[in-house]
Amino acid sequence: MLSRTAENIYWLARYVERAENIARLLDVALRMSAVPQESSDGTNEWHSAIVASGCEDHFYEAHERAGAQEVIHYLTRDRENPSSIISCFAAARSNARTVRTALSTSAWEAINSTWLEMAELDDKDFSPEHLRKFLDWVKERSLLFGGAVASTMMHRDGYWFNRIGALIERADSTARILDVKYHVLLPEYETIGGTIDFYQWATILRSVSALRAYHWVYRDRVKPWLVAELLILKPEMPRSLAYCYHELTQNLDHLANAYGGARGECHRQAGKTDAFLRYGKIDHIFEQGLHEFLTGFIEDTDALGLEITNQYLT
Amino acid sequence: MPSEMKTACFDEMGPANECREQYRLIRDWLENAPEGTLEIKHREAEFIFRRTGITFAVYTSGGDPERLIPFDIIPRILDNSEWDYLSSGLTQRVRALNAFIGDVYGKQEFIRAGKIPAELVLLNPGFVSEMVGLPVAAGAYMHISGIDIVRVGPKEFYVLEDNCRTPSGVSYMLENREVMTRLFPDLVNKARIKPVSHYPEDLLETLRSVAPLNCRGAPEVVLLTPGIFNSAYYEHSFLADEMGIELVEGADLVVQDLMVYMRTTRGLKRVDVIYRRIDDPYLDPLVFLPDSSLGVPGLMAAYHAGNVTIANAPGAGIADDKAVYTYVPEMIRFFLGEEPILHNVPTWKCGTPSDLSYVLEHLHELVVKDVHGSGGYGMLVGPHASKAELAEFAVKLRASPQTYIAQPTLALSTCPTFVDSGVAPRHVDLRPFILMGREIRLAPGGLTRVAMREGSLVVNSSQGGGTKDTWILEGTG
Repeated sequence: MLSRTAENIYWLARYVERAENIARLLDVALRMSAVPQESSDGTNEWHSAIVASGCEDHFYEAHERAGAQEVIHYLTRDRENPSSIISCFAAARSNARTVRTALSTSAWEAINSTWLEMAELDDKDFSPEHLRKFLDWVKERSLLFGGAVASTMMHRDGYWFNRIGALIERADSTARILDVKYHVLLPEYETIGGTIDFYQWATILRSVSALRAYHWVYRDRVKPWLVAELLILKPEMPRSLAYCYHELTQNLDHLANAYGGARGECHRQAGKTDAFLRYGKIDHIFEQGLHEFLTGFIEDTDALGLEITNQYLT
Repeated sequence: MPSEMKTACFDEMGPANECREQYRLIRDWLENAPEGTLEIKHREAEFIFRRTGITFAVYTSGGDPERLIPFDIIPRILDNSEWDYLSSGLTQRVRALNAFIGDVYGKQEFIRAGKIPAELVLLNPGFVSEMVGLPVAAGAYMHISGIDIVRVGPKEFYVLEDNCRTPSGVSYMLENREVMTRLFPDLVNKARIKPVSHYPEDLLETLRSVAPLNCRGAPEVVLLTPGIFNSAYYEHSFLADEMGIELVEGADLVVQDLMVYMRTTRGLKRVDVIYRRIDDPYLDPLVFLPDSSLGVPGLMAAYHAGNVTIANAPGAGIADDKAVYTYVPEMIRFFLGEEPILHNVPTWKCGTPSDLSYVLEHLHELVVKDVHGSGGYGMLVGPHASKAELAEFAVKLRASPQTYIAQPTLALSTCPTFVDSGVAPRHVDLRPFILMGREIRLAPGGLTRVAMREGSLVVNSSQGGGTKDTWILEGTG
């Protein structure tokens, strides 16, 4: 496969995954903004959404404060924001168009019809009362693409690059969501917390579609350190860091095996993080410092992305 | 004038109260289709094209940058005997054109015999001096060509122009059939149409058959595209996909030790045959345009070393120059010793003083073309031009007469076409595609282009023309 083709597939998957993650963040912010509350550090859910999206610096260059209207506009349809949902879908489609021949017809049509439907959207579709419908549509389109890829593409290098792109993006996103709220996840926080905290924890779980999963795994009321454990170390939770790295190493192995067994720095780095997540314990992460762990994880994942690029995509 | 033409020109289906044999099935269907069916089918077709992303980018003006080429659901139909005639004429023409290119870059006997002015060939922008004396695999230069044919009567076909560089449109030929089969499975089945779907396989075999001598093992073929912003990008990706070959851009290729490689996820991989869809001047910045980023530095050196085949060969464009066109009948006689089966449209070369004065006098009834233009850009259709436009064009003509040729305004045949006002006759042409490797192959049919505006003779997609599926019927006639 051409390196350029692999690179396009990788980024295509990242953009689609990013659009879905942004939709989840907004969904949660909408939900939380309906709950009357004042958080301890004087920020609000809209600010958190901006931070978790990884766009904090860029957003505050152009905006003084994170009000509902500004954030919704910025994260859904602002063309100036390369990570807005509209920008992500446009970039995904442009990547897909370049590598059409490497995609199945269904995967291409999932992306292309998303782009075509996007052109039909108007101001009304982004208004507060219609926003949820739009966000559901975004999630649906992402799931449709993922489904089309999984069930119609040949499970060989193109497919693996697609998965690797999606997983890198997802690992980064889950880590950022956790990092924004890390202070409410610390074990000692439970004693200081009040009723508001249930919403805080539920927010985190909801933003990765894991509220139900939590109850199935723990059969217990929501405890902050268990929330952290679920999203960091539980391999059965499809948005957890452990899951992402488990699948990442598998896909990187598939590539290495298909390409005659050659492994590189990206395999070493992915394997190292995977081993830590697989055999690590949440107590150790708390001892190390949750925030420090998450910051390090985000940096490592970024570095892994670069190594994958060096090995295969240039 | 347009109204006169309407009565004068040949209709593919037949005059109002008659129906030519090959159109009987379609006419019956058109007459019996319930009210509104055509509109529904038309919309369905548009939806399919849009969803699969079959679009065409147009270089000028704003609007939708990814426009659909209008597709007309009423097919253009030729019977078996008409096609036999066309295909023998096309095969003959392609053999002669290819022999001419070989001669231009070889012994130059055609020039030395005084059959064509030397300066018309040697000073032509389509002439590539790097090709002189260079042998090519199987002697083939124009591996893929598209020859535009117009019809003015039941048995009168003319060659309008030859396209020997990188003709496009074959993807529409294939997709149009695909869409028709989806929309009208019964009709397509009943009509017994010669299939075209094997074209990509024929194309790949043709390209493989001209692999360089130095190629060991199965030849690796790639399609070189200028990229996503090219108007025919859809076609490039479609063909690469159908053939199962890599669609590469210049930056994906690299020349090392006079060999061409592509950059892959496994490292560098040898390339033997390049089906290029970029023009000669962009192929290699070390030899042609130095600031072109579309091509591959060192490609021509690898080509000269016999390590790669470029299809079509650089310099093949010398054969489709509109001024060289007038010499094609003579090429057929000279190289093949045969009389031309398909005729040229009578053409005045404005570079010749007597021709120029005739053209200036009759400008209002002629079509005048820039010899180096393509896609209908820079062309004057006399009968449809205003006084001011005619005067303006006359000035351009006098300033550089040698860059223009003129032809009579032909009464192009019409074919029933679904338009806003219902079903009405519209002018059509035909571009069949001819493959030449170690043998010559034709896909039965080609791309029928249709001028969607009433009376218009300009069928180019860049000028709002549309396409139709072209049916060659099995066994009748």
